[in-house]
Amino acid sequence: MKLKVNNQERNFSGDPQMPLMWYLRDELGLTGTKFGCGVGLCGACTVHVDGRAARACATPMQSLDGKAITTIEGLHPQGNHPVQKAWRDANVPQCGYCQPGQIMQAAALLNENKRPNDEQILSAMSGNICRCGCYQRIFSAVKAAAKEA
Amino acid sequence: MNANMRNIHKRLLLENVSRRDMLKGVFAAGGLVLAAQVFPRGALADGGSVNAYKTGADGMPGGTVWDPHVYVSIAPDGTVTIVTHRSEMGTGSRTSLPMIVADEMEADWSKVKIVQAPGDEQKYGNQDTDGSRSIRHFIQPMRACGAAARKMLETAAAARWGCSDMEVRADMHKVVHVPTGRSLGYGELAADAAALKTPRANTLELKDPSKFRYIGKGKVQITDLRDITTGHANYAQDVRVDGMKYAVVARPTVLGGKAVKWDEAAAMKVPGVVKVVAISGTPMPAKFMPLGGVAVVADSTWAALKGRDALKVQWDDGPNADYDSGTYRQAMAASARKPGKVERNEGNVDAALAGAAKVIEREYYIPHGHHATMEPPAAVARVAGGKAEVWACVQSPGGTRGDVAGVLGMKEEDVTVNVTLLGGGFGRKSKCDFALEAAMLSKAMGGTPVKVVWTREDDIRHGFYHSVSYQHVTAGLDASNKVVAWRHRSVSPSLMANFMPDPKRESSLELGLGLIDTPFNVPNLRLETGEAVAKTRIGWFRSVNNIPHAFAMQSMVAELAAELGRDQKDFLLEMIGPARIVDPRGTVSSELWNYGDPWETYPIDTGRLRAVVERAAKEAGWGKKLPPGEGLGIACQRSFLTYVASVVHVKVDKDGNVSVPRVDTAIDCGFCVNPERVASQMEGAAVMGLSIAKYTNITFKNGRVEQNNFHDYPVLRIGEGGMDVRTHIMPAGIDKPSSGVGEPGVPPFAPAFFNALHAATGKRIRNLPLGNQLTA
Repeated sequence: MKLKVNNQERNFSGDPQMPLMWYLRDELGLTGTKFGCGVGLCGACTVHVDGRAARACATPMQSLDGKAITTIEGLHPQGNHPVQKAWRDANVPQCGYCQPGQIMQAAALLNENKRPNDEQILSAMSGNICRCGCYQRIFSAVKAAAKEA
Repeated sequence: MNANMRNIHKRLLLENVSRRDMLKGVFAAGGLVLAAQVFPRGALADGGSVNAYKTGADGMPGGTVWDPHVYVSIAPDGTVTIVTHRSEMGTGSRTSLPMIVADEMEADWSKVKIVQAPGDEQKYGNQDTDGSRSIRHFIQPMRACGAAARKMLETAAAARWGCSDMEVRADMHKVVHVPTGRSLGYGELAADAAALKTPRANTLELKDPSKFRYIGKGKVQITDLRDITTGHANYAQDVRVDGMKYAVVARPTVLGGKAVKWDEAAAMKVPGVVKVVAISGTPMPAKFMPLGGVAVVADSTWAALKGRDALKVQWDDGPNADYDSGTYRQAMAASARKPGKVERNEGNVDAALAGAAKVIEREYYIPHGHHATMEPPAAVARVAGGKAEVWACVQSPGGTRGDVAGVLGMKEEDVTVNVTLLGGGFGRKSKCDFALEAAMLSKAMGGTPVKVVWTREDDIRHGFYHSVSYQHVTAGLDASNKVVAWRHRSVSPSLMANFMPDPKRESSLELGLGLIDTPFNVPNLRLETGEAVAKTRIGWFRSVNNIPHAFAMQSMVAELAAELGRDQKDFLLEMIGPARIVDPRGTVSSELWNYGDPWETYPIDTGRLRAVVERAAKEAGWGKKLPPGEGLGIACQRSFLTYVASVVHVKVDKDGNVSVPRVDTAIDCGFCVNPERVASQMEGAAVMGLSIAKYTNITFKNGRVEQNNFHDYPVLRIGEGGMDVRTHIMPAGIDKPSSGVGEPGVPPFAPAFFNALHAATGKRIRNLPLGNQLTA
């Protein structure tokens, strides 16, 4: 099967049941997609599949034929997507581990909804756990990015 | 020279080590390399004090050596490289510590590069990133190191211009000749400065705090911000080494269990699986040795996981299979209801209770908790050619090095521990069992590098758990409703069970975490412990026993206030009593731990505790009228030598849904190096505190942890509360010793929350977590 990862064509012939997360991390070395729970509960592995947020740990390779995957490494060529910039302006992260997933989730939200209200932001981000507790800053960064985008 | 430096020079030797090859592999050749080395107490003949004030870094009893080093180099292009030797798990030490050096040496932060030290405590000093110690133990040596670098650059410039040192001044990455305005950049001076002898410490001058550019300002972005936001930050789970295999381990589900039978052939049939390796466990006390079990090594994580599923391991559970949280709780309650070992005694509690006009008894329970760091534990090891190299997310780089050497039968100098970023730590990653697994597996694989991946389920089922706690508190009031007696019995299995056989009760370390160091102003006070035997691995969790101790004490105070119709805050201040130094050292059964730091520097100062209570209350608008279903709660705790009070605003809707619209936290951590990161720690502490209050609950049945992943071990999600946390930092000058920040925000949160919940609903919660107790 063929798929695109960060605009690059890829052929995949391995175990069709393998989650996308391990393909990205172990085979392609795209380790910005983080392993947090393995069952779609924490959002650390969030990527975009055809522009929409998806949990890479719960997305089997067999579902991705012909799809375009974007990871945190491919979100913006210089790493300056409005969400990334807003994250830096607010000094959001503590340990940082969940942040690529948070950023990908927020970017997907803004793809679909340029002017989300507070409830829509909280709802969209509620699948992404941050154990350090950066939620207050994540929320304000998403709001700031929405103004920029 | 100021008074600070007069003291420092006696114990702080600043050595120029750029010609000693000490730093090969850390720095490219060339440029200035400095080392500040603080010698342990007694190392110098005069026995003087190293710093303006003493800390536990150089004053640990029993010969504990805290030997911190800080390294600086300047490349010809002006890039200043600063080594950071503490692990970064989210508290910001990888930013705040180098920032101190940079500020003192007048470096331009935009030209500073940070390099992480490997585990080597002889070279770098203590690296145990726990106990909220990084700033409190290293602000002074780091300032001196930066000052020395600045002085050498000034001397080099003066020599170049043939003028006196008095005519030059370092200023933002260059040295200026004051009379003419000429200047030389740090890069231009690096080689000359490196050739100089390091100035004597008593010739150094620390910057006047009014000249600080970064320290105390909170304007610096965290070191790894760009890498984190672009996916390039490297955690142990992300490490890739050439030729690396991936391993997962089936571990005994009951502590001390052994694998008796498994289907190796079935695992080997899974494509990609290359080997099945049995790992032996170690009986308790096992320190941080692996639990043992059966490992599957494969070409990918996915293959290893499938291989492990195919093993179908049968276990001999051993004697801990009887661990059941329900029955254990009953046993703890029974233990807490009878006289225990007296750990601190003042006055005569029995007589005071017998003569009291009113006696109020309450019991509080907190179950086991688990850290659930977002990055599950992971490590890579390559053990080949008589050397071992490890990449790991450990809070204890030095200890890990020693333990790896131990399991491999190697010398420490043949072991390199590379410290990655830590995707959360909270105490879990102080325990290096996962790194030891990687080392053992690489050795078993004949030197092939092996990455051990822990899944979330592995993490939750095989942790070092925050201790379960049962407390029984009895207060006696006299006829004028004054609290005249406080008897407090605490029962909690000890984390010391990892290090010694069967300690049976809280150790002096745990008792010093908010129990026997209570500042309460009660004439008859007795603090006791009851017996409880550890049936699982107990481990320290951010702020440790302060969580249960503060929960019981601060809840009880609010309960008494409610009973008497008094204001929570006023009554709390009355319990704390007047501003004074409380010294329990004469009335405790063992040593008062004081977080390993000297009493003279960090006494228990109720004036500071009162001040944070009053500040948090004022900022929160304490006493303001709130609609029905809303309430404010307050609690405070001195922990890690820092004083914190939180006011939590709770709102409960008609369906019993609880929200937390606002939190006001006042913190007195002495001199504050990085207010921006202090705020982030208080924000995070509120979120973690709310997780503890609402959800945290690890339970055991037949010796096994019943939880698996975030569906049955929930942690707080966005929007559930703690979205408006306001941090109020008490002002303090540089002469006020800095104290802990990473942990002290946690303990007051849960009691403040439950006190607020009581104010909002009239319902008192004494058993954690909240769960559905409001609606049930």
